[in-house]
Parts: sequence; C-alpha cells; structure tokens
Amino acid sequence: MSHIAFPPPDPSILARRDAILAGLAAALPNGGLIVAEEERRAFETDALTAYRKLPLAVALPSSIDEIAAILKFCRRAGVNAVPRGAGTSLSGGAIPQEDAIVIGLSKMNRILEINLADRYARVEAGVTNLAISEAVAADGFFYAPDPSSQLACTIGGNIGMNSGGAHCLKYGVTTNNLLGLKVVLLDGEIVELGGAQLDSGGLDLMGLMTGSEGQLGVVAEAIVRLLPAPEGARPVLFGFDSAQAAGACVAAIIGAGILPVAMEYMDKLAIEICEAFAHAGYPLDVEAMLIIEVEGSAKEIDAELAKILAIAKEHGVKAVRECMSAMEAAQIWKGRKSAFGATGRVADYICMDGTVPTSRLPEALKRTGEIVAAHGLRVANVFHAGDGNMHPLILYNVNDPKEQAKAEAAGEDILKMCVDLGGCLTGEHGVGIEKRDLMGHQFSPADLAQQMRVRAVFDPDWRLNPAKVFPLAGRIAA
Amino acid sequence: MTQAAAFAPESEEEAAAIVRDAAARGQKYDITGGRARAGLGRPRRRGANLSTARLSGIVFYEPAEMVIALRAGTPVAEVEKLLAARGQMLPFEPMDHRPLYAAGGEPTIGGIVAGNISGPRRISAGAARDSLIGVRIVNGRGEAIKSGGRVMKNVTGLDLVKLVCGAHGTLGLVTEATFKLLPKPEREATVVIRRLDDKSAIAAMTAALGSPYGVSGAAHLTPGMGREFARTFFRVEGFASSVEHRVGELIKLLAPFGAKHALVEEESRRLWRGVRDAEFLAEPRERAVWRVSLAPSKGADFVAKLGPAALAHFYDWGGGLVWLASEASRAAGETIRAALAPFGGHATLTRAPDELRESVDVFEPLSPALTKLTAGIKASFDPDRIFNFERMYRGI
Repeated sequence: MSHIAFPPPDPSILARRDAILAGLAAALPNGGLIVAEEERRAFETDALTAYRKLPLAVALPSSIDEIAAILKFCRRAGVNAVPRGAGTSLSGGAIPQEDAIVIGLSKMNRILEINLADRYARVEAGVTNLAISEAVAADGFFYAPDPSSQLACTIGGNIGMNSGGAHCLKYGVTTNNLLGLKVVLLDGEIVELGGAQLDSGGLDLMGLMTGSEGQLGVVAEAIVRLLPAPEGARPVLFGFDSAQAAGACVAAIIGAGILPVAMEYMDKLAIEICEAFAHAGYPLDVEAMLIIEVEGSAKEIDAELAKILAIAKEHGVKAVRECMSAMEAAQIWKGRKSAFGATGRVADYICMDGTVPTSRLPEALKRTGEIVAAHGLRVANVFHAGDGNMHPLILYNVNDPKEQAKAEAAGEDILKMCVDLGGCLTGEHGVGIEKRDLMGHQFSPADLAQQMRVRAVFDPDWRLNPAKVFPLAGRIAA
Repeated sequence: MTQAAAFAPESEEEAAAIVRDAAARGQKYDITGGRARAGLGRPRRRGANLSTARLSGIVFYEPAEMVIALRAGTPVAEVEKLLAARGQMLPFEPMDHRPLYAAGGEPTIGGIVAGNISGPRRISAGAARDSLIGVRIVNGRGEAIKSGGRVMKNVTGLDLVKLVCGAHGTLGLVTEATFKLLPKPEREATVVIRRLDDKSAIAAMTAALGSPYGVSGAAHLTPGMGREFARTFFRVEGFASSVEHRVGELIKLLAPFGAKHALVEEESRRLWRGVRDAEFLAEPRERAVWRVSLAPSKGADFVAKLGPAALAHFYDWGGGLVWLASEASRAAGETIRAALAPFGGHATLTRAPDELRESVDVFEPLSPALTKLTAGIKASFDPDRIFNFERMYRGI
C-alpha cells in the first residue's frame, strides 16, 4: 500500500474513453496512438516504481502540430494529459493517472540544427541528453548538464525538471544552459521563448517553463547552449576516515576560491556497491570518498590539484588516487554515474534529493544516518557535495508494505531536515508526486498560492500533469 | 514625516502593509531604488514613490558557501567592496548605467534584480538571473512571498525567481535577493587585435569563444572608441599561471587575425568597465542608445543592413550584443526593428527621452499569445496594477 494519494479518477472522463480515443486518433493522422492495455503498461510508471497508474491512452506525436492538435483536443474535451520524455523521473513526475492520457515525446528525437559558430543546438524534445554532446564531441563542444541518466533521459524531461548533474558546480543546471524553447500551450497555441540569442527581453517565461514539471505546456523544441570542451579533465579520488572530514574538506576547497568542475561524495556503503558493480578502483577501507574533477591544460590541472591536495591533507585525507589515463577517468565516472543502478542490484531504494547549505553538510549527513537508523533501515549516500545536493538512497524491500512505509517516512524526515537546515526539498529531481505533500514545509500558503496563480494562467482547469507538485488540498484555479 | 518618507518602508512587513493599504485606496506606486537606472523601461506613471532606500543591508554573507543575501536597497558598490575584501565577486559583472544616463544616484541590488543587469562576463558566467538563487517580494496583494532560497540547486516548485528577475518591478516589490558568488580571479589579461573590420572581428571572437581557453569577455570597438582604429578584445581570468598559459594559447590561435599582445590588470579592468557601461556611446547625449541581442554570427550583417541609421556601434558577447546609437526618433526605431526582424533577436531602447520611450516600444514587441501570458502573469501577482504599471508594455 502506498500512501501518496492520487486524485480519484474522474468517472466522466473514464466513461468517455471511446470518444476520447476517436478524438486522439483524429489528432494523430500518422498513427502513434496506443490503446491496448499491455502496451499502455509500459507507461504506467517511471523511475519511482513503487507507484503505478494505467493511463487512458498514450499519444506519441511526431510533430509539433500533432502536439498542438492533441492538447487542443484535451482542453476541449476536458481530458487530463501527462507529458513524458524517457520516463526516468525519480520523483514520479511522469507517472500518469487513470483519467489522463500520456503525451510521449519519444518520436520527436531529431537534432534539427547544430550551429557551432553561434554555439547552440536546436533539438526536438525527445532527443536524449547524451545525444547532444555526442553529436558535437568531435568538434570539441558539449552540452553541460549531465544527469546520471543522460544516456536515456530526454532534453524535454530535463527541461521539465530543470535537471542538473555532476558537473553543474561549474556549468550550472538546465535553466542556465538554454537559449530558446518552442512550447505548445494547452489551447494549441505554439509560442517561441528566447531564441538563438542570450537574454531576450520580456518576462523570462523560458525560466518559468524550466522546472515546471509539465504543468504549463509541452516543450516541443529547445535551443541549448553548446560549450567548448576543456583542454583536459582529471578526476581524483580522496578517501577520508569520516564523513565530517570529507564534508569539511569540501567547504574548505570552496572557501579557498577553488571551483572544481565537480565534487562528488560517496559514503562507505555507496563505495562498496559501486565498486562491486563498476570495478573503478575505489578505496574500500575509507568511510567517505570525494571524486574531485578539475579541468584545463595539464599544467593548470597539476597546479589546481596541488592546491586541493594541500587542503585535503589539512583535513586528514587517508587515500588519494589520481587516474593515469582517460580509461581510468571513465571508470571513475562510470562507478559514480551507475550508483543508482548498482544500488538497485542490491536492494530496492528510494532516492532523496534534498539540498542543504554546504556548511551544513556534515550535520546533514549525521542526521540522515540517525533518521534512517531510527526507522530500522540502511542508507547509502552518494551526492553532489560541491552544491550541497544530497542523494541518500534509502534501501528497503518494495514487496514489504511496512518497509515501504518506513522508507517513505524516513525520506520525509530527511527532506524536512534539509529544509530546516536552510535548504530545499529537491535540488534536481523535481517535486513530482513524491514531495508534493511536503511543499507546505518549505513554502508558506501565500508562496504556494502565488505559484498556483501563475500555474492557472497557463492551465486554469488543472489538466496538465494535475496530480503533481502542489498538495491536492487548497488548489487555486483561474 | 514627509510624504516621501511615508513610502520608504523599513521592513518587509511594513512594505506589505503599505501595499494592502494601496489596494484598498486605489493607490498606484512607482518603485524606486537608488535612482541610477530611472531611464530604463517605459516612462514612469504618476504613481507615488515606493522606495527601497530604507530596506538596505546584508541579511547574511557566507564566504565559504559563496552565497550572499541582501536587502533590495543595498548599494551595489558596497556589496562589491565587501565581496572583494573576501576575494569574491558577483559573477555577472553588472553594468552601471550612470555614464550612459549622465545620472547621479546609486545603483542598488533591487535594480539589478528588476533589470536582470549583466555585463561582459555574461557569456561565461551567466546573467544576473543565473546567479540569483532566491528572492523575497511583496506582491500586489500585499503578501510577502519567497521563491528559491539560499542553495545553488533548487527545483522546488515553480521558479518565480526567474519571472521576477527582469520584470522591472511590474510583478512586485523585491525586498531581498540572494546570489551565488564566484571567486574573484587572481589575475586578468586581455588579448588585443587592431584594425579588424566587423566581420573579421566576429570571426576572431567566434574562434576564441569556441576554444577551450575560458574567454570571459569578447568585445569589438569600432574606430573612434578610444583609438582612431578598431580594436577587438579577448579577456581571460583566473589563477596567474593559468592566465599566462591561456593568453599564450589565445595569441597563437588568433595569430592569423593579427593577435600579438595583451593588456593586463588595471589597463584590462579599465577597458572592460568601459565595455560594460557602454561608455563609448555616452556622448553625444541627444542620441538614442539601443541594446540588441542576437545570434553572434548575425551581428555584423545586422549593422551593415542598418547603414547610416547606425550612428555608432560596438559589439560585446562575441558579437551577440550590439550596442547601437541612433537618432532619437520613431523613424530610427522602426528602421532598427525592421532591420533586425529577418535576423531574429531582441532590441531594447536603453536610452531615450521620455516622449520617445512612450511612443516607441522599449522592449521587443510581443506576439498576441505572449502578450496574453504576460498580462495574465502580471494579474496573478498584481491584480490591481499597483506596481510600475506599463513600465514594460502598454496596458500591462
């Protein structure tokens, strides 16, 4: 039994299923409508697998005009719609509901234009994150945000969640790396936000759209910034005897004016799990490990690493491992980026995403351990230390309803603790359904009301991804 | 108590009470800060002044976290001095509009937020909106609201921070802003190339910005701006040894364009202050000044198309920002917008007499669909249109 509630399905929508399917079929003249139950099953959940809802139907448009036709139909017919990229959301952002259709962007996966002189790529929303970087790697460019799921996740989903990644300490998250969006509004209107240029005038609707979790419209196309790849990059492993020492080392590096491109933290359990999976050569005799990556020419890297090493020594670093080749570097990152998948081999887990001020990291880690232990569960910590974005993985057995309830209760306590330490509920995964009912812990009623009033400008009837982000009680319509 | 003082709240609660009272009485307000950017946007209406002058000071500064929270009325100069003492800075290099406006006043943090004010480093470190991680505002209902917070990664709820930044005070009174910071570079140097025409200059800047050498400023000044010949500039910043390395590499890369030497330290800093503040267009005072953002590769073609309508111009952001002087007339405005249309981009009338900013669209005109959204968002924050009515668009 899961305790996050979905709104009860609207019987008037369910009763009209045949008419709705006919209307959608008309909006998709080239096919792409999924109605058979066994095929709809593939869309019933995302990476928050404890929750499943079978959608009414799945529409897979292959053009922006088809998206417009679908949305126009949904609005007119009063049908709910849940946009979906690759379905890798860890917060349940793409989980549908029985009285909703899924609008899947998987067919819209073309890279439309690469412009290296103006340093942008124009892509359809269903293009994967990694495909963009791969398309320009040979020319010495890349797209910066790099969520761990970048092989699978789409740019449309990244925009919906304002995704981050390991390297956003230096390069920022999705919102900092977009130039333009083409968005379909619920009434079928297509609007262009931004463009090929920086800082378009007017209200920053692109910034509002980014991270709006599919509630304001459907992103069909994006113009993303391309950055020149650094001359070189080198990750180094630093092992510590305690979480406190590692956390203090991170704060000291930042305090010294050094901004590595990434600073990733793993605790003992996470190290063991990832090492068993990726054989990255992680030290197994330490309590905590940092992966710190610096960029530049070989000389620049040497100089910066020397500064970092001196700070690490002041914090009692126990093991240091510099990689000697590109292959070793890739192994180090493979271990880190497969952390969630590797953990999934050991146990079921829920992944939290709270952020705390970096100075509070040691305290947050300690309290996370205490909270999870008090619920009788285990936790593996692997996260972006440079920006305080924690990812405690709470291990439990998904087939044991009591354990699931305990895991969720522990997760809630951890997220509330993050807010109480001056942080937030979610750093990069989004609110989805998972954190929806905790919003009142971070925001006042007036804060939430203002957000909902803005939402209502785009979707007055709560048709787009309606079960998400805002607590079900007290919703404000137009 | 004078009337002006009555509308300079000392706290967020007081500001909220003033606004609730305004809603009840039908009172309208123009928000003022240090009065250093009064020329931005469409002309002021005849609302009373609601000043942030007494909402000043640091809420907290955590150098080890590279985060600072400030009340809106805090002078930018005070903030920059404080940060420099700890070896840090606001990443986005905010422009000072006073040279352009020949105005007095004191730029404030609230003005930076309202205008999304950035400078040359925008190409590498992002705009003000990219560093702004939290705001507190009083909306038109007289409610104190927060969005974002004090941590760098935060995707909790709708990102109203972005909406507020660059809204020119039309959505509410910003009372507090939290920024992430960057370490102040130990060293800076600027590679210079002389006598390139606009197109070659943009080609050189494109080569530099496509290189891995971390160029944090790329500008091209046309003849008559400080020298009788054109000059193109490429800035690198960081630790001393790294700057030395990258200057060497850039000079090699740009040798085909004629790169030979670099300016360093104060000479470099002075130059980028000039670019940041568009001071080359400050005189003659009667000219209108435009800020045109477009794809860098189109900058030179756009200027060429303008022909004699461009009385003076220079490029920042590697060609993606064209600063332009024109006659202060409606006709010149129409010529500029018509010339820009085929290239795509946004033209903002940054300096002009009130009458002209009344009759010419100051910001790029919106499509009907975007007008509807903009009006809807304004109404969602400020249903009674208490704040800065029509500062950005007619009727909104």
